[in-house]
Amino acid sequence: MLLIKCPFCKNRNETEFVYGGPVGANRPDPTRASDEEWVDFLTMVPNPTGPVHERWWHARGCGEWFIICRDTVTHEILETPIEKS
Amino acid sequence: MSLTLLFRLSSKEIYMQKYSLFSLARNALTGHKNWQKAWRSPPLRDEYEIIIIGAGGHGLATAYYLAKEFGITNVAVLERGWLGGGNVARNTVTVRSNYLRDQSIPFYVKSVNLYEGLTKDLNFNMMHSKRTMVDVVLNYPKMRDLRRRQLTMDIYGSTYKQITVDQVRKIIPALTGGGPESRLPIIGGMVHKDAGVNRHDAVAWGYARAADALGVEMHQQTAVTSLLRANNGGIKGVETVKGTVKAKKVIVAVSGHTTSLTETVGLRLPLRTMNLTAFVSEPIKPIVDVIVNCSDLGFYFSQSDKGELVIGGAPDSGQSFRRDIKQHIFEDTVGAMLELFPAFKKLKLLRQWGGHLDIAPDASPIMDETSVSGLYVTAGWWGGYKAIPAGGLTMAHHVATNSPHSLMQAFSYNRFKNLDYILETGTTTAR
Repeated sequence: MLLIKCPFCKNRNETEFVYGGPVGANRPDPTRASDEEWVDFLTMVPNPTGPVHERWWHARGCGEWFIICRDTVTHEILETPIEKS
Repeated sequence: MSLTLLFRLSSKEIYMQKYSLFSLARNALTGHKNWQKAWRSPPLRDEYEIIIIGAGGHGLATAYYLAKEFGITNVAVLERGWLGGGNVARNTVTVRSNYLRDQSIPFYVKSVNLYEGLTKDLNFNMMHSKRTMVDVVLNYPKMRDLRRRQLTMDIYGSTYKQITVDQVRKIIPALTGGGPESRLPIIGGMVHKDAGVNRHDAVAWGYARAADALGVEMHQQTAVTSLLRANNGGIKGVETVKGTVKAKKVIVAVSGHTTSLTETVGLRLPLRTMNLTAFVSEPIKPIVDVIVNCSDLGFYFSQSDKGELVIGGAPDSGQSFRRDIKQHIFEDTVGAMLELFPAFKKLKLLRQWGGHLDIAPDASPIMDETSVSGLYVTAGWWGGYKAIPAGGLTMAHHVATNSPHSLMQAFSYNRFKNLDYILETGTTTAR
């Protein structure tokens, strides 16, 4: 089980959280994006064997949405600054 | 008497010792010292017509059908670990065709049919046990969903039938929970008679042995580190730990690591890798002779020939390349099972394992040539075990004839370009 650090509640059990998916590319402007860019945004997610940024929701806690960086191989949660791709 | 007399031997085929009662008796007399190896271990050549990456169910089945149906035998199957040690050994051996979509059902009906004839086809005992699956239903929306599924399945020759609570309890006497006092009482069930279980090692070894006999080469401990592109952009081979191997066609059949490989030629695929876990109880005397599935609670199980209950649940949250099990997934699944089967509380659990799947946004597979000419993927399998024979056959057809098989053309790589999803969470515990 993961021990996830909520920005408000600090370290809490994974069972209190709902997984919100990996952080993909920024949402393009729908009025300007080409079909390819839009489909890419909707379907593609990073799938590395290593650190990935992902959203979690502290649903059974304070209700905060936040981003963590977690290694998909070791499951270690890394204390790195969040870079928006 | 020579065994070769009993075995059809064409010019292309390599002598394969036939398994039979006769050969068993003959080898028993010589102390089982003269069994032929099930497949050869030839040295790795530097060029093949077709390279298949991954000696799992789909890779081996594709190799076999390439050789058998299309006469293409200049094929190498490259495996990082050992043959049949990946997801083909990490599932719950459930074979069924109760899917939802028009594109999926005929594909899985074909796969179930091929599985039922596989023992004879491969001369390897699959121990296929066609034993029926019973969905235990606890709420009306789910029942409506399954009834709707039944109507589509009827069109394609799969079978699904609604039964009452009494009938559910008659088929599964061990199901003593879920009564009127419980929070979610059972309201009925669905019976899928085509479902069965078989032996996963036999599937991997049977396909490998039969493909080897037709001339395909198996190379274990031969990890592919990257794919190689020619100047014209097409595929030209692979880089392995044992050197470069050239081929004009490469099939990626590696499950969870598909994107890790395709990204070495700059190809991104809409897949994310998840860990799905299963575990078994200690062996007990026969108690349940069907596959039990309860997607409302999130568990399914069947009893193996050894007597163990083989139990599966939901996948982990978040992407994962680990093949372990998380304690709370384990607790959720066991807790759900005990709701309906309180007597199982006394059972000890013996083993646990995970396998990583790569899942597409619509949870349907991707079986196609990619935008890199000559590079094929068979990926996105969630419940790919049941799809092995049809997946291998249709993939071999696509690679050999350069046109997709009618049963698999919907699972194209290009469907995402039009957001033409085949939304199919037809898995046992999908919620």
